[in-house]
Amino acid sequence: MEGGSEMKVMTIVQAVTDALDIKLAEDPTIVTFGEDVGVEGGVFRVTEGLQKKHGEHRVFDSPLAESGIVGTAVGMAMAGLRPVVEMQFCGFVYPAFNQIISHAARIHNRSRGRYKTPMVIRFPYGGGINALEHHSESMEVLYAHIPGLKVVVPSTPYDAKGLLISAIESDDTIIFMEPKRIYRAIKQEVPEEKFTIPIGKAKVLSEGTDVTVVAYGAMIREAQKALALAKKDGISAELIDLRTIYPIDRETIAQSVKKTGRLVVVHEGPTTFGVAAEISAMVEEDVFQHLEAPVTRVTGFDTIVPLPRGEHHYIISPEKIYYGIQKSVRY
Amino acid sequence: MFKEFSPLEDKLFQVMDKDGEIIAPEWMPEISDERLVKAFKDMLFARTADLMAVSYQRQGRMFTYPPNFGQEAIAGGMAIVMRDQDWLVPAFRELGAWLAKGASLRDIFLYFMGYEEGTVFRGANNMVPIAVPIASQIVHAAGIGYAINYNKKDEVVYAVVGDGGTSEGDFAEGLNFAAVWNAPVVYIVQNNQFAISVPFKKQTRSINIAVKGIAFGVDSIKVDGNDIFAMTKAVQVAHEHASSGKGPVLIEAVTYRRGAHTTSDDPTKYRTKEEEESWACYDPIDRLRKYLVKKNLWDESKEESLISEYKKEVDRQFEAAENYAPYPLEDVFKYLYVDMPDDLKVQKVEHEKFLKWKEGLK
Ligand SMILES: Cc1ncc(C[n+]2csc(CCOP(=O)(O)OP(=O)(O)O)c2C)c(N)n1
Ligand SMILES: [Mg+2]
Repeated sequence: MEGGSEMKVMTIVQAVTDALDIKLAEDPTIVTFGEDVGVEGGVFRVTEGLQKKHGEHRVFDSPLAESGIVGTAVGMAMAGLRPVVEMQFCGFVYPAFNQIISHAARIHNRSRGRYKTPMVIRFPYGGGINALEHHSESMEVLYAHIPGLKVVVPSTPYDAKGLLISAIESDDTIIFMEPKRIYRAIKQEVPEEKFTIPIGKAKVLSEGTDVTVVAYGAMIREAQKALALAKKDGISAELIDLRTIYPIDRETIAQSVKKTGRLVVVHEGPTTFGVAAEISAMVEEDVFQHLEAPVTRVTGFDTIVPLPRGEHHYIISPEKIYYGIQKSVRY
Repeated sequence: MFKEFSPLEDKLFQVMDKDGEIIAPEWMPEISDERLVKAFKDMLFARTADLMAVSYQRQGRMFTYPPNFGQEAIAGGMAIVMRDQDWLVPAFRELGAWLAKGASLRDIFLYFMGYEEGTVFRGANNMVPIAVPIASQIVHAAGIGYAINYNKKDEVVYAVVGDGGTSEGDFAEGLNFAAVWNAPVVYIVQNNQFAISVPFKKQTRSINIAVKGIAFGVDSIKVDGNDIFAMTKAVQVAHEHASSGKGPVLIEAVTYRRGAHTTSDDPTKYRTKEEEESWACYDPIDRLRKYLVKKNLWDESKEESLISEYKKEVDRQFEAAENYAPYPLEDVFKYLYVDMPDDLKVQKVEHEKFLKWKEGLK
């Protein structure tokens, strides 16, 4: 269901705020909290204005403790609330891992469906903003690997709004990773009304015949630049925005690879045991006979994201994606 | 001292008032006039460097930086007591303590310019890298303390954390381990009243932070962190306590973060100008200056020229950082393992192939 109401130009930050605002107004069981989320409106201003509008009991600051934030959200969820919690940065989720992996992901299974954890854990991820250590990593694969979690990564303001509303409405635990590098870099017309985008469905952004490129989050914009370079070379590439990492839309990928015979997967996070590795295995299982080249991974080094002065070495550039596309096409 | 100033009664340990008068002479630490003047100059230097760091950042010459403005007496007191062999386990807002330990200002700037090299602190003995994940270092300190006892060394660990950090599980675990193991650790909480935008009152319902130590069986005290004499005395007693086998100590240093949380933060969103100004009269440097002037140990008229000398030195160190070598690709890979896996070597070689190809594009 994609809306056709009045449009408003939004950034990803504004689209996330808007989604929260709409859901808070609509559903009294929703609360949102985290470090600096209330009065300040979050360090990226994602929750700005929401406390004033919806009250301190619904939008609030928590003490500085990630395990506390996620653990209390699990408790709230079991007791009938629908918490949306913010982790301040991708690298500060780890103190909450016990609560995420041992409980948020498992309560439903453990209680044989008696208790649900309809909660969203949202946080900014990814590199490219010249930050200190722990602020730049892309560890979606850690969550995607955990049975019981769903992992969503929007790439545009439109998707951020529609996917977050779906995430909040979902009865499962959703990890919602926001590409902070393009938090304000992309402006787009987004319907003012409520709309949803289904979780677990990828989107074909542009059709092509020679090679399929799969990416998500902040890498979509880089992939689009790479596709423009490839086009000059006469290469027709199909671009798929994964939108959801898990459950992964293997059907859309398989259909595309069936057509193009070639696949390039792009992500910021480390290569080994990454999302691209999984997609590669799936494609091999599903459409092996259609493959005309090995799957190419344009993915992060198996290293820590360097501090700002070294970050350019790590960051995936459009040229590097284009290089991958060429490699695949010329195989 | 721990009995007289019980955190359970919310007692505050103070030696000097805001006007530089000694109000508790019986607790005056033993410091020579010369050492005291050095402490003042060190605090002044740290403040000069700190304020300049903020302006370098504004000029776009440095990335995010966390100001220390208003918190200088905490490091001032630590510096008087900490020995070369003692360990410093920092968070990220301890400019004065890093300098006292022997870190170069150039390196500190390098870190905030985006080089890992800047947190190696070559030249500073027993000082571990900056810990950005809040309170995680509190647990390391207990482990270092265990190793010190194990090796029967004459060393004390100084571990620093913020008021917000005391809400993390790691804070409780670290204190508990240090206490159970009788580890020689002096924990110093810089209670600067804020964790980014969250005020102390919203962080905890405890009457103060020092009481949290009591629960773990750790001797604890709440100290005026803007009073160099109270800080020095508390650290001296804590150091003696820890190094004589009596276990860890927790010092809550009450202060105020006069600057922003970091250069990306805007405090007007969550606190008033009046509140900020109400703390100005407790400024640690002003208080020590008042004392020194009264004692004829300091000539205020010379301060301006001293500061301009410091500014030149800070600029020199900053320029040295700016002229530091570019960041080679190799450094992304080189230090991740002692024994680098072959896979990683291949990734670097593959990337170099790409870079060659990219050259050819032009
Ligand atoms: C585990 C973790 N969570 C969140 C953050 C983000 N963060 C950086 S500083 C800070 C506030 C720290 O407050 P406090 O402990 O009082 O130290 P201060 O900054 O006041 O010196 C937060 C939440 C972090 N660095 N680590
Ligand atoms: Mg603080």
